[in-house]
Amino acid sequence: MRALCWTADGELAVRQVPDPELRNDHDVIVRVRRSATCGADLPLLTGQAPGLAAGDVLGHEFLGDVVEVGAAVRRHRIGDRVVVCASVACGACWYCRQGLPSCCDNGSTDPSTSEAEWGHPVAGCFGQPRAAGGFAGSHAEYVRVPYADVGAFPVPESVGDDRALFASDAAPAGWLGAEAGEVRPGDVVAVWGAGAVGQLAARAAWLLGAERVVVVDRHPARLLMARQHVGAETIDRRNADVTAQLRELSGGRGPDVCVEAVGGPAGEHRSLADRFTGRARVPEAVREAVYACRKGGRVFVLNGGVRHVDAFPAGAVVHKGLAVRGGRQHGQRHIPMLLDRMARDELRTEYLATHHFPLDRAAEGYALFRDRPQECVRAVFTPH
Amino acid sequence: MGRFGTVVAVAGALGVAAARAARTAVTRQRARPARRSAGWQVVTIDRPPEQVLPAAVWPEPLRRLDGAVEVAVRRAPGGRGTELAARPRPHAAWPGLAAHLVGDDPGLLVRRTLWQVKQLAETGEVLRADRMPGERGPVVPVGTSPPPTDGRSR
Ligand SMILES: NC(=O)c1ccc[n+]([C@@H]2O[C@H](COP(=O)([O-])OP(=O)(O)OC[C@H]3O[C@@H](n4cnc5c(N)ncnc54)[C@H](O)[C@@H]3O)[C@@H](O)[C@H]2O)c1
Ligand SMILES: [Zn+2]
Ligand SMILES: [Zn+2]
Repeated sequence: MRALCWTADGELAVRQVPDPELRNDHDVIVRVRRSATCGADLPLLTGQAPGLAAGDVLGHEFLGDVVEVGAAVRRHRIGDRVVVCASVACGACWYCRQGLPSCCDNGSTDPSTSEAEWGHPVAGCFGQPRAAGGFAGSHAEYVRVPYADVGAFPVPESVGDDRALFASDAAPAGWLGAEAGEVRPGDVVAVWGAGAVGQLAARAAWLLGAERVVVVDRHPARLLMARQHVGAETIDRRNADVTAQLRELSGGRGPDVCVEAVGGPAGEHRSLADRFTGRARVPEAVREAVYACRKGGRVFVLNGGVRHVDAFPAGAVVHKGLAVRGGRQHGQRHIPMLLDRMARDELRTEYLATHHFPLDRAAEGYALFRDRPQECVRAVFTPH
Repeated sequence: MGRFGTVVAVAGALGVAAARAARTAVTRQRARPARRSAGWQVVTIDRPPEQVLPAAVWPEPLRRLDGAVEVAVRRAPGGRGTELAARPRPHAAWPGLAAHLVGDDPGLLVRRTLWQVKQLAETGEVLRADRMPGERGPVVPVGTSPPPTDGRSR
């Protein structure tokens, strides 16, 4: 089959690779209908992707049709149109049973790898370096889905491919930001980042009863989308004092909930000097959120690219009594609800699929997504 | 219930010596409850001890290390299942396949094995990676002759 691969020289290219096969009894094989770029892929494209090997297939936000079913699969039949959670979780460990599937103990073929990185194993993910589980990505004609009864969900007939696609990753991530940030009726909510994840976090905040939602970014076109499609107020950080504006928009109190959903190669624009020395900057958005947030408020960090950070304003957490949390999406728990809302038109996501490419031009799609974010929010690949 | 009130004696495939070793380890553990020292690796398995080690027989991934590790088991607090611990025995002779896998880090092999025991007990299977590029056959530019497949993509 054809698939978008990482090549030996650090480039992306569509290659012929052998078809995936059932490896465990709970697997299915999905014939991919749509597969999208995600902000979380951008750090992989910087030329120094630790752990990626030549021939690794990228992509984790996808939907398709079931074409093969493992012996122990109960909920899927050949021909089902399914959306698949981008992260891989077992559904049977203590964390999964607590409703925290992204903390799954069994989502990786070698849990000791992420254990070494973060102290504990975390859920796997498709299309990432092998340390993320050992699962090939979805920018391909076919993909193997482990724990299919837990992570794949039938799509209601009335929900189109371009809408359902985002139930895989961006929508559950945005939902998590608002839900775990404990958005309550009447809240003022600020979201940093107007990518697909940030916009869907803003939408989720409305659905949970927020009264004012503000989105911060540096790309006017993305902010325009957030106004038009989400009904949010926006702040263009290139020409605004973000903290001052947020204070003004919240009657001097500060937002009740701050969701950080920023992305980009290192989560930030980096100066030439930073790039040269390899130094990572303090994450501007998390710091801003902690300063801006009202006393006793909640800061929720979704940014998958934050790694090790120093000079963090920890004093604000103490003196203002903040709750600072983070998380990866719990699609296994949220996708059925999100599909339901999609079917009821409460959640319209197809506008985020700004660009479609046949799989053969996927490398071009990534270049557009990376280099021209002001016009491309998601490049969506159609392998067939 | 005491810290190790419900130790499951691990006999079966291992024999009495190992079971005794496990108990000794448990006793020592009682004296130092905070950390497992000296190479102990431990995972919590969200199933009761009877299910993790039915009839005190080691599950398959652990059986591969037969004779080379000590094992200790206790019930986890708060109904969270079973704490399963293992550590390499001093000067162990690693059996069969394990001898190939152990490399220069027996601790890592023990740890990986415990994760496998856990996956098996909780999900019924040990997750296998997709075949990686090299194992799957050649990755070739589109248009050149494709690698062998099961025909699905044609
Ligand atoms: N937690 C999860 O489960 C989960 C799931 C998917 C994606 N993510 C993460 O969410 C983030 C967003 O994903 P995306 O696909 O929308 O990415 P994206 O790259 O399309 O969008 C990120 C946006 O953040 C903006 N941005 C960068 N720095 C900013 C700053 N300081 N203030 C305000 N805006 C800023 C960028 O201009 C861009 O518009 C990424 O970090 C990604 O890794 C997390
Ligand atoms: Zn993603
Ligand atoms: Zn799990």
